[in-house]
Amino acid sequence: MDKYVEMIRMRFLMMLAYRTDYYTGILIYSINIGAYYFLWNAIYGEKSSIEGLTSIQMTTYVAIAWMARAFYFNNIDREIAAEIKEGKVAIELIRPYNYLGMKTMQGLGEGIFRFFFFSIPGMILVALIFPIQLPYNPVSWGYFGISLLLSFVINTQINLLTGITAFFFYNNAGLIRAKRVIIDLFSGLILPISFYPFWAQDIMKYLPFQGISYVPSMIFTNGFSGSEIVYALLQQSVWVLILLIPIRLLWTAAKKQLIIQGG
Amino acid sequence: MFYVTMFFQYMSQYMKTRLEYRADLIVEMISDFLNQAVNLVFILVVFGHTQFLSGWSRDEIIFIYGFFLIPFALFSSFFNIWDFNERYIVKGEMDRILTRPIHSLFQVILERMELESLFGVVTGLVIVVYAGSSLDLAINWYDPFLFILFAIGGALAYAAIFIAIASIGFWSDAKTSIMPMMYNIGNYGRYPVDIYNKVIRFLLTWVLPFAFVGVYPAAYFLGKKEWYAFSFATPLIGIIFFTLSIFIWNRGIRKYRGAGN
Repeated sequence: MDKYVEMIRMRFLMMLAYRTDYYTGILIYSINIGAYYFLWNAIYGEKSSIEGLTSIQMTTYVAIAWMARAFYFNNIDREIAAEIKEGKVAIELIRPYNYLGMKTMQGLGEGIFRFFFFSIPGMILVALIFPIQLPYNPVSWGYFGISLLLSFVINTQINLLTGITAFFFYNNAGLIRAKRVIIDLFSGLILPISFYPFWAQDIMKYLPFQGISYVPSMIFTNGFSGSEIVYALLQQSVWVLILLIPIRLLWTAAKKQLIIQGG
Repeated sequence: MFYVTMFFQYMSQYMKTRLEYRADLIVEMISDFLNQAVNLVFILVVFGHTQFLSGWSRDEIIFIYGFFLIPFALFSSFFNIWDFNERYIVKGEMDRILTRPIHSLFQVILERMELESLFGVVTGLVIVVYAGSSLDLAINWYDPFLFILFAIGGALAYAAIFIAIASIGFWSDAKTSIMPMMYNIGNYGRYPVDIYNKVIRFLLTWVLPFAFVGVYPAAYFLGKKEWYAFSFATPLIGIIFFTLSIFIWNRGIRKYRGAGN
């Protein structure tokens, strides 16, 4: 266990060394939030609410969705692919830890760093510029925290899956890019899932993606009622468990198939 | 003339290298296409909940987006200089560029071409034709020519912003993240400027003329008379900003001292 905590700490410190890169990141996210803020304002126009969300809730949704993304987002799929390409993965596999577990911990270290140095200051900045309503109920904050953690796990699991495909394809850069677009669209980052036409919602119900952005953001904006929150959290947890299966299968297959090209 | 032959030389060389790795090329084009599709999906879903966006209908917004893709594709194929600072200044590559017999900016452009982005022109045209025909837009004989003129004007305006920012590298070789920021601000030009507040509208028109890439030129084809003055200014704005950016670049070259070994 200690070694995994150490992994988190190492990655955190590594990120800390390059923290200035992140100030512009906050600005970029704020610019994006701004674009969607104006767009949604125009969309709302005279309407007081759409699909149960008021325009202030919508602004809050956009802001928290982007700032939460800073926490759950990581590039471990790209890192895994790079390590496979360079042959480094051979060394990693003989080290006394679980490779995928270690990658997850590195992602978590990165996430914790971004949470404190990106999400929180970013959220404060955005709250100063745009009209945003923070949850006043401490219980909502608690639910939000749990849900955010689960969203990190789901996103990381999907990243592990796409990363492992590099064992089979060698060049999976295109797949990684496609995954990113799919997550942006189906996770609820750019549009709350409840805005989609019903047939699309029906499909997305059976996909893990809404656990990444839609659920935590809806909890934060008070868009879910009590029982909906519990149901959504359960759904996220179930997805965490389900996703373990393909990871396990793909990982076993990948190790059998591994050919190290130099290294 | 020499410039034209150089251009085609580099272009054929580029095609050869890219076609060597076809699978990679196709994947890249698909992921570009996916990106464009996501923005379209956003517009479509949003208009499931509203009739008008500040007085613009769904098909009009789609038309603007389609138009935007065309100058944007031209820009990203030929002005792929977002990593100019790291690639040329920090690594000292600029020294090599300066020994070449053609203008330094032209040399950089030739080396950094990304012709597969031109596929965006096709996507853009398909979207424009689709939106245009569902709006029943009347087409005059001179409209296609204006379309080309406006698209080039928009691409020049876009390029000018990035050339000017790349030139900052000549004065300071510190790593800046202004480039990715600009890409994100550029997205503001995809939507009608009347949804923004006055300050942003002013910025998008006169400081970072991203509005001339999408909404202003597209307004002419949509028959929005109140924007005509801006529409017809598009090529002019493109030329003025582009000339200005070349001027900044040339000044920067004189300041350039070289880095590395």
